Amino acid sequence: MANLQSEFVGIKSPNPFWLASAPPTDKEYNVRRAFEAGWGGVVWKTLGEAGPPVVNVNGPRYGAIWGADRRLLGLNNIELITDRPLEVNLREIKAVKRDYPDRAVVVSIMVPCEEAAWKAILPLVEETGADGIELNFGCPHGMSERGMGSAVGQVPEYIEMVARWCKTNTRMPVIVKLTPNITDIRFPARAAKAGGADAVSLINTISSITGVNLDSMSPEPMIDGKGSHGGYCGPAVKPIALNMVAEIARDAETRGLPISGIGGVTTWRDAAEFLALGAGNVQVCTAAMTYGFKIVQEMISGLSEWMDEKGHASVADVVGRAVPNVTDWQYLNLNYVTKARIDQDACIQCGRCYAACEDTSHQAIAMSDARVFTVKDDECVACNLCVNVCPVEDCITMVELDAGALDERTGKPVQPEYANWTTHPNNPASREAAE
Amino acid sequence: MANTTMTPGVAAGRLAAEVLQQNFGDLHPPLGRHEAQVAADRCYFCHDAPCMTACPTTIDIPLFIRQIATGTPDAAAKTILSQNILGGMCARVCPTETLCEEVCVREIAEGAPVEIGRLQRFATDTLMAKDVHPFMRAAATGKRVAVVGAGPAGLACAHRLAMHGHDVVIFEKREKPGGLNEYGIASYKTVNGYAQAEVDWLLMIGGIEIRYGTALGSDVTLDALAAEHDAVFLGVGLSGANAIDGFDKANVGPAVDFIAALRQSPDLSQLPVGRNVVVIGGGMTAVDAAVQSKLLGAENVTMVYRRGKDRMSASVYEQDLAASKGVRIVYNAQPVAVHGNGSVAEVEFEYTADGTGTGETFRIPADQVHVAIGQGLDGAPGALELTGSKLALSDGHRTSHPKVWAGGDCALGGEDLTVTAVAEGRDAAEDIHHSLMG
Repeated sequence: MANLQSEFVGIKSPNPFWLASAPPTDKEYNVRRAFEAGWGGVVWKTLGEAGPPVVNVNGPRYGAIWGADRRLLGLNNIELITDRPLEVNLREIKAVKRDYPDRAVVVSIMVPCEEAAWKAILPLVEETGADGIELNFGCPHGMSERGMGSAVGQVPEYIEMVARWCKTNTRMPVIVKLTPNITDIRFPARAAKAGGADAVSLINTISSITGVNLDSMSPEPMIDGKGSHGGYCGPAVKPIALNMVAEIARDAETRGLPISGIGGVTTWRDAAEFLALGAGNVQVCTAAMTYGFKIVQEMISGLSEWMDEKGHASVADVVGRAVPNVTDWQYLNLNYVTKARIDQDACIQCGRCYAACEDTSHQAIAMSDARVFTVKDDECVACNLCVNVCPVEDCITMVELDAGALDERTGKPVQPEYANWTTHPNNPASREAAE
Repeated sequence: MANTTMTPGVAAGRLAAEVLQQNFGDLHPPLGRHEAQVAADRCYFCHDAPCMTACPTTIDIPLFIRQIATGTPDAAAKTILSQNILGGMCARVCPTETLCEEVCVREIAEGAPVEIGRLQRFATDTLMAKDVHPFMRAAATGKRVAVVGAGPAGLACAHRLAMHGHDVVIFEKREKPGGLNEYGIASYKTVNGYAQAEVDWLLMIGGIEIRYGTALGSDVTLDALAAEHDAVFLGVGLSGANAIDGFDKANVGPAVDFIAALRQSPDLSQLPVGRNVVVIGGGMTAVDAAVQSKLLGAENVTMVYRRGKDRMSASVYEQDLAASKGVRIVYNAQPVAVHGNGSVAEVEFEYTADGTGTGETFRIPADQVHVAIGQGLDGAPGALELTGSKLALSDGHRTSHPKVWAGGDCALGGEDLTVTAVAEGRDAAEDIHHSLMG
């Protein structure tokens, strides 16, 4: 059986599944139960500075969007950092770490952007025996209005500055949690690295309004007739997170910087995808908040089975395997030609592929009177929309044409050699280069 | 209580009142809001959906289900009712297992279709509970149309004509509207007086007058109707049963009469039923009569059909329903004689091979016999042309008389189903409208 043992910036855990800094990790009771359920580690919900704790709203804190059968696809929150006293959290962290020495306990911190504030809290956290700290530069709501959270994460200079303060003032590994509410994730990642951070974790939540209450004409979640943007997470944000993780993993300046992948991890497969794109481990929140702690059992068994099947002996073997295959559009092979193929035995004749292609794409699917759907190779550009809208898995697939085969759409044989946009005759830059 | 299922002969009150009440409750309870949401979520919104093609009234099923899924059941109801004004009844009585749900792609994919019938009921019930009528009459045309029969075909025709601005008079021989919806369909399919409530709701369109107790032939003639109206629509039902030796014995009668008596009975514990009941026929009416005999407390109910299971017009679902209620179904046998001294005591059958008698006979004890075969038109009104035992029609549901249209069970067309009758009545109304308005 594959070894799921994980080591991330020197922090060991029995598996790469950590619970992210969020409500599930707000207190000892939850974290103990999470560890009993099998989670490899936790990032304790963000601590603020000593003194009166923050307060939360007393109405709804979450909004959501759902798919069919009310499956939760996206969750949004307007909750702030922990609203429990600092000393209570510290005491509980210490107790939990003492009782679960093999699990990772990382503490998320958010204090004002002043060195004194960080200097004050770091020794207190260190004293708990925690394995590391995560700097919350990501929360897009509430705390950002007070100059913390994403207000820091959106300014690379601040990231670098605070990371450096922390590295200077603690022996603990420093993970910088990044906000996705920026234009290019590479800049904050580079800043974290420049500040000496041991790793980055991402993504934090995305600024969002999940819906509008059409009776009260207020955003959801609604607080007394008003709403504020919240932070969006869950399965819906996974594609955004995967891209950002990959961008950092393949950036020349940040290549090799450890990444803790966060964003919509719901199954072992999601986790494996983050690992493949360069994450050293993953953090999970929404899936646990939706289904409870037990889901980690599926993540452990699923990742393990898949690794065995593929012959990956350790988590480290998986990390970054897909990164070399992430490239820029201009380098994609324009001589790679595929066509949609419909498995008539699997087809249930719903006609969604036809409607999608006929109404919105390339009119490349024919429908017979007997509801047999077939691909018109002379029209099919292989856009994949039919695959995406088909309700039956693997019923429609994109099949590569062999070199030399006729592409009926272009009337030309498929060329065997790799050729991309940079050398394409329609590319003005390419023509210039040729002159 | 004196009587039980074992009481000999034909007797009332075989079961306790509370058992009867349970037996005749809703066969398919209505979907709640959450159930409807879950059921609606399963629809794939197919292109040129097979369910829609299979529906005799061509209801846009994917659209109405999407309207339910998006929280607008009233809009869903309007989608349904614009094609089928008796969509509420059809949601209850349609053999969906042989129509829309049979061809649902999820039936093909998983053996579990989207519950189209129950979703349709959810939508129409939601709208009707508000006691609003979603359609308006067009400006009055001054044209007057006579509709004969207030059954599904006649009502659908009348409603569509009224919508187009014509004035409609329905001539109904019974004292209540609804036709087979009221008199001829199993009670557990349409509980709580739904048939009447639906007609009341339908009549909210306005412009429709119903004259009860007025039978074609005896009370009014086709020629007179045609002379006094701009057009006539015939939506009359069928009657009679082919004579078989002994069918005149006591406690032998048409299944539709038994069902009608049951549907009109104010107290089912007063309704007599045999200890040994035999039902002759293989259609929905036969199943309705057989199942309800069992539910009333008959000890033995046997349905006898002259062909094989695969030829039975009652769906497999209906056959299974009958079996689950304890009805025994005998295939490939036809009645040859009814025996008994005054009242029926036994029915003699002959085995058949592909519908033809083999010569071998057997007898089944019977205290009561419901005949559900051989219904036909009780003579062609006004010398209209027939095809077989039904009115011959040309395009537009026109009969051989230039001012007379027809639809429903009396006319040649699709299956004898409520939904088919509605489609025919509606389409005839459209043709009448175009004919009158040029």
